Amino acid sequence: MIEVQNLFKYYGERRAVGPLSFSIEKGEIVGLLGLNGAGKTTALRILACDLLPSSGSVVVDGIDVVDQPDEVRRRVGYLPDTPPLYGEMTVHEFLVFAARLRGLSRAEAVQRARDVARSTQIDQVARDPIASLSHGYRQRVGIAQALVHRPRLLLLDEPILGLDPVQIVEMRHLLRSLRGEYTIVLSSHILSEISETCDRILVIREGQIVASGTEAELSEKLLRGVRLECTFAGDLDKARATIESIAGVKAIAESTAMETGDDVHALRVEADQDVRAELVRKLVAQDIDVLALTRGERELESIFIRLAGDKPGAAHAQENTAPARSSDTAKEEGA
Amino acid sequence: MTNALLIASRELRGFLRSPLAYVVIAIMLLVDGLLYYGFAIGGQARLSAEVLRDFFYFSSGTTMTTAILLSMRLFAEEKQTGTFVLLNTAPVRDGEIVAGKFLSAFALVGGFALLTIYMPLLIFIHGRVSVGHILVGYLGLLLLGAAATAIGTFGSVLVKSQPVAAVISAVILVVMLVLWMVARETDSPIREFLTGLSLHNLRFRPFMLGQLDLEHCVYYLAVAYFFLLATTKVLEARRWR
Repeated sequence: MIEVQNLFKYYGERRAVGPLSFSIEKGEIVGLLGLNGAGKTTALRILACDLLPSSGSVVVDGIDVVDQPDEVRRRVGYLPDTPPLYGEMTVHEFLVFAARLRGLSRAEAVQRARDVARSTQIDQVARDPIASLSHGYRQRVGIAQALVHRPRLLLLDEPILGLDPVQIVEMRHLLRSLRGEYTIVLSSHILSEISETCDRILVIREGQIVASGTEAELSEKLLRGVRLECTFAGDLDKARATIESIAGVKAIAESTAMETGDDVHALRVEADQDVRAELVRKLVAQDIDVLALTRGERELESIFIRLAGDKPGAAHAQENTAPARSSDTAKEEGA
Repeated sequence: MTNALLIASRELRGFLRSPLAYVVIAIMLLVDGLLYYGFAIGGQARLSAEVLRDFFYFSSGTTMTTAILLSMRLFAEEKQTGTFVLLNTAPVRDGEIVAGKFLSAFALVGGFALLTIYMPLLIFIHGRVSVGHILVGYLGLLLLGAAATAIGTFGSVLVKSQPVAAVISAVILVVMLVLWMVARETDSPIREFLTGLSLHNLRFRPFMLGQLDLEHCVYYLAVAYFFLLATTKVLEARRWR
């Protein structure tokens, strides 16, 4: 669906993106992860034909964004970080306008506005002026306008920005409901959010992809294994010895148990691969009751800091790196 | 063209749902009325054709001011609120966006001009002027209004701030208005060139007198086209930045 080859974008002398190369298959939900100013917004704006690339090739659904931008625009729905909404219009009027702008006839536009309002659960505010809506509803209207012309590719820039926890959960459900129907690229600087929603993560730093894969793959590559927190009731030394006997376990350290009780302990386990199943089997065989077993809570943050962090050399630990970067700091321009 | 009309109708709805258009038009109508009663009618007895001529003279000023004040929001507001990306990422040509926005502001400028019709009608009823004089005068107002609206549209595409856009447009407008004065200080053929470019003096006077000259009509249309084209080019250039 998307083929990006050696893309560069400069704002004046400053490089915002590049060299950037990646491809995204039809139907995938891909997250662009990076710190503020990493180049996520610029990359999405180029995919949406809001900006033109300085050099390189960007092909969406087989069409080059420079050669036939209008054909690309027909196939793309774009939600920028600030939803482009006209406050004086009602939600329905706005959706009809957005649909007609993308080439739908009046009758089609009215029907699609109703359908998309229903699917994004804004039909109860369809007659309200947009200016009167809460931030959560505005974000939904923003997504609705991006969907209204049935695009093949949906580009969402920071779709959870500014939402409260309840709205974040609702937005997550909404995005999951779109799975399969659309190819979706969303950007965020929150790894946990991206890993909740996306099939694959592209980590972008200083305008380049520095890693890609699922959360588990990134963890495997960067943290060289998995971190587990195991809470159990039973003899601590026996449990430690049992876990040490499992192939792949690299380190064990005592940690604070999340619950209290007689003989309740917690161990933090580092292993080369996922050893959860074997760990549980062996502990139970030793009459040790496993009360909880989770992936390390800080694992996501560790991945993010290793990949996107701005400390010099932070990303060099990874195996899946892009070519050497210049020291320029590529900041995005909101204009 | 459908896209341009679609954008124009949305813009017009935006104008009519905000106080800006009402306030600007109301103030300009008041100013126009005061100028009419204070200066055009005057104290002493005058020929009704002279009163009508002066009415069009004053109305040309209020029409240009209205055009600048109404068009300052066209692009500047959208860029400030971030809504322009909706148009920029839709399969719509830049020229259609510019045309739609221009048409919406020009419709209001035309509406303003129409609302002044009671003054020429009073002259027509109480004096002796021809319908042709009135029609030609209004044609001049509309052409001048179109040129000023196009200048305002161009000013609006340059910056995000509406007041700054209005100032830029006003400066361009004033420069074009006073070109004939600059021309007096120069020699031929620059004098003829600058005089010909001047927006009001040579060009609008015939309309005030009820004289229709195709050359002047083409001049105003060319000015409007030039600034709309420049606006389109600015939009195109923005994508490459």
